[in-house]
Amino acid sequence: MMSKVKCECGHVNPFGTVLCESCGKPVAGNQHIDGNEGKKLLNMRYEGTARRSQTYTKSFVDRIWSFFSSVKVGVWLIILALIASMLGTIFPQQMYIPPDAPNRNPAVFYEEQYGILGLIFYQLGFHNLYSSWWYMILIALIGVSLVICSLDRFVPLFKALRNQKPKKHKSFLSRQRLYSETEKVTDSEVESVKNKLRQRCYKIAEENGHILAEKGRFSRWGPYVNHIGLIIILLAAILRFTPIFYMDEYVWVREGETTVLPGTDGEYYIKNKDFILETYDENDESDERFKEALEQVGTVVSNYQSDVIIYKAARPIPGAEPKLEPIAEESIQMNQPLEFEGYKLFQSGYQLNEFSSMTFKIYKTNDSKEEELGAFTVDLMEPESEFILDNGFRIVLDKYYPDYYLDDNGVPASETNFPRNPAFVLLVYPPESDTAEVSFLGIGKNIDPTEENEYKLGIIDFEMHDVSGLAFRYDRSLPFFGLGAAIFMVGVIQGMYWQHRRIWINRTKDGGLLMAAHTNKNWFGIKKDIETVLENTDIKMVVDQQELDEKEKH
Amino acid sequence: MDLQNISSMALYIAFILYLIATFFFGATIRDKRKKHKKGIAGKIGITITVIGFLAQLVYFITRWIASGHAPVSNMFEFLTFLGMSLVLGFIIIYAYYKLSFLGLFALPIAMIIIAYGSMFSKELAPLVPSLQSHWLYIHVTTVGLGQGILGISFVVGLMYLIKEVDQSVKSKSRVWLESILYLLFVFIGFVVITTTFNISNYNVTFEHSTDSQIYTTEYHLPAIAAPNEGMLLTEGVMEPWFETPAWFQGSDSGRKFNTVIWSVITGSIIYLITRLIIRKRVGAAIQPLLKNIKSDLLDEIEYRSVAIGFPVFTLGGLIFASIWAEAAWGRFWGWDPKEVWALVTWFFYAAYLHLRLSRGWHGKKSAWLAVIGFGIIMFNLIVVNLVIAGLHSYA
Repeated sequence: MMSKVKCECGHVNPFGTVLCESCGKPVAGNQHIDGNEGKKLLNMRYEGTARRSQTYTKSFVDRIWSFFSSVKVGVWLIILALIASMLGTIFPQQMYIPPDAPNRNPAVFYEEQYGILGLIFYQLGFHNLYSSWWYMILIALIGVSLVICSLDRFVPLFKALRNQKPKKHKSFLSRQRLYSETEKVTDSEVESVKNKLRQRCYKIAEENGHILAEKGRFSRWGPYVNHIGLIIILLAAILRFTPIFYMDEYVWVREGETTVLPGTDGEYYIKNKDFILETYDENDESDERFKEALEQVGTVVSNYQSDVIIYKAARPIPGAEPKLEPIAEESIQMNQPLEFEGYKLFQSGYQLNEFSSMTFKIYKTNDSKEEELGAFTVDLMEPESEFILDNGFRIVLDKYYPDYYLDDNGVPASETNFPRNPAFVLLVYPPESDTAEVSFLGIGKNIDPTEENEYKLGIIDFEMHDVSGLAFRYDRSLPFFGLGAAIFMVGVIQGMYWQHRRIWINRTKDGGLLMAAHTNKNWFGIKKDIETVLENTDIKMVVDQQELDEKEKH
Repeated sequence: MDLQNISSMALYIAFILYLIATFFFGATIRDKRKKHKKGIAGKIGITITVIGFLAQLVYFITRWIASGHAPVSNMFEFLTFLGMSLVLGFIIIYAYYKLSFLGLFALPIAMIIIAYGSMFSKELAPLVPSLQSHWLYIHVTTVGLGQGILGISFVVGLMYLIKEVDQSVKSKSRVWLESILYLLFVFIGFVVITTTFNISNYNVTFEHSTDSQIYTTEYHLPAIAAPNEGMLLTEGVMEPWFETPAWFQGSDSGRKFNTVIWSVITGSIIYLITRLIIRKRVGAAIQPLLKNIKSDLLDEIEYRSVAIGFPVFTLGGLIFASIWAEAAWGRFWGWDPKEVWALVTWFFYAAYLHLRLSRGWHGKKSAWLAVIGFGIIMFNLIVVNLVIAGLHSYA
């Protein structure tokens, strides 16, 4: 069964060939493979080559190969990926749950916001659809299909196009979409056609007066080139899952603070000099043109910026305090990340007006002038637990809520660890007393729970700062993605913007001429080519035998 | 006259010229019947189209100078650019195939898109920090161009269907085709009703709360659907008939929903009037005009415009988009709804191109796909921007 097939033209074709690689004669018994049976026109898609998937279908491996090499299966996989991708956009993905949502816990959020559909969305795991195992398997299957499809077709197609001869069998020519027969043709006419074909950049191959004019064969490789690009992209995506290729960290830095950059083993430090938020100002000369828009929408931010210094830590002795060498001092803005030694810092968040410190004074409850008896300052980042004043007062910081709110049970709690709305429970020990007076202080709150306190506390001063949120990353897979994308674009342009055109001109024994033509796309273009080259000759214009028009009528 | 006025004027002129050109392309029907092969009407039509395109180019450039950034940063600017790309796509296809008829369909579609865009806020708007990049015009113009070329495949696919779908027997295709034509009427309805009430300066205000925040929303159309739990503040105007359901997202979902209702009502009225005048389905009325066009040629132009548009779309919508996203947000792909829908579009046209490999997917089936493909593009543009909130909702 594995024997090769010898054609009457003498060419030996691989087993499973549909059209002889050399002369194009349909191989008897194999016509069902490309669906040529009972059809006027031959299927030229893969030049009638013997493809492994169509030839060997017995063993398990054969079946897997046939399955993935089918365009139909490929299209189904694409459609499934398409539908899956759409489903994920019905409700926001977990990472896009709005920061101001009442409850950001996905188990609560989806049902609360979207009802029963939201609950189903969540329970099916669609809130993390694009990183789900089944979505990734789907994409991986597309990858497998890409590889197998390409190999199954490229190798035989390459061989067939290399082996083709100008002399074609009549049954091949007459079953092309464009075909004509002319009874009497002179040599000078053929010569003129040949010259005009050359002028139109066709490559001419000749054999005993038979001509094959061909151009744009390289466009046939376009699909395989772009598939290689896609495979590189998929491989790059796998690489990106490894920490060697991708790191994604986030760092909050207060103004004035110097902190270590996460994920660098203490090698790099960052100092936030200043965070700047600017808005468009309709009274400003350069922004005046936006006046109407600004009046409609209100404030529009024009710039988020963090002025930072990056330090590299030198540690001559392991474990010792590092010596910080500044290596970069720059402003990070959106669209202008800071790059240093393979890392990138992106402006991606901010917090305005956090409290850095608060200063309190003590005064007598019954003193209407609130004369200061003593003062102390609480550092809100690293608060001390006890303050002893010169005049003998001792104040203990009993409880500290950096971001105060009352929880559902009415119990004081802190929403975050950031001093955005600080509140305190302070114990005041008057001089030489062991009994404390309890005070609760916050912004706009000064509560004496016992209402018997002799001394009262009051906020007299505070300092504030902004905080920059910076995404800190490296992505060493980018060059691979870039390479894949570039190869894809080359392939897709090569395949789409050029066409493989072939015109066969075969002489018959009685001085006549058979002409047939094929192109993989743009039939209008090849017809124009033929019209031009046949000008001033008596060779008959090819007839379009396309069945489309009749087929549609049924 | 300042630049901004010149710009608006140029766009207006372009629109009028496209309209005039459409009539000349319409006149080529008569030419064909008289067997004048190179119709003079077609030549005039294409000349006017090119002048219109140049006028729109003037709009584009002057607006760019006036605002200091490429005018592709909001719904109005992008849609007008898309309309311009569609016209450019038509001019290129015309240069090659000399198919005057395409103008009769492509120009009205482009005009609907431009008119639709003009209903959104037209003021010069400042750029938020994430948009301040050269990639704004590199990415968005490439996407617009790609979508414009893919839009040609929609126009040609639609022509193919109008020509080939049998109007004499009842069938699903006949219903679907008519639905698509009806949808075009809804867009026209939107333009008509918005313009009407804009001229009369209609305005009502609602107060309502979403996620425990209080918002006020201005309606420029009489309120049929009020915002969810909204309170009408303006006096002496039409009382809303019902409230927008709570599951519509966003603070101005009520206004959008109300606009959709008005567009459907107005579109339906215009459609019904048209039906009353022509006394047959719109598809059936247009069908005879396409009698002399070869289906094969339409099928080929449709396929080629996908073949040409697909790489451009990939470059702009996926590759340039990723490069910019990497610079702005530090991740080249983030599964934002707009990104996902660009991928969906890409998957869809990839499937289209693969299906064209097999025999059964030429002709009508392929034409349906071309129509659906552009539907996905418009979905991404309109629904994803206006309904599914994400990083791209600028309008």
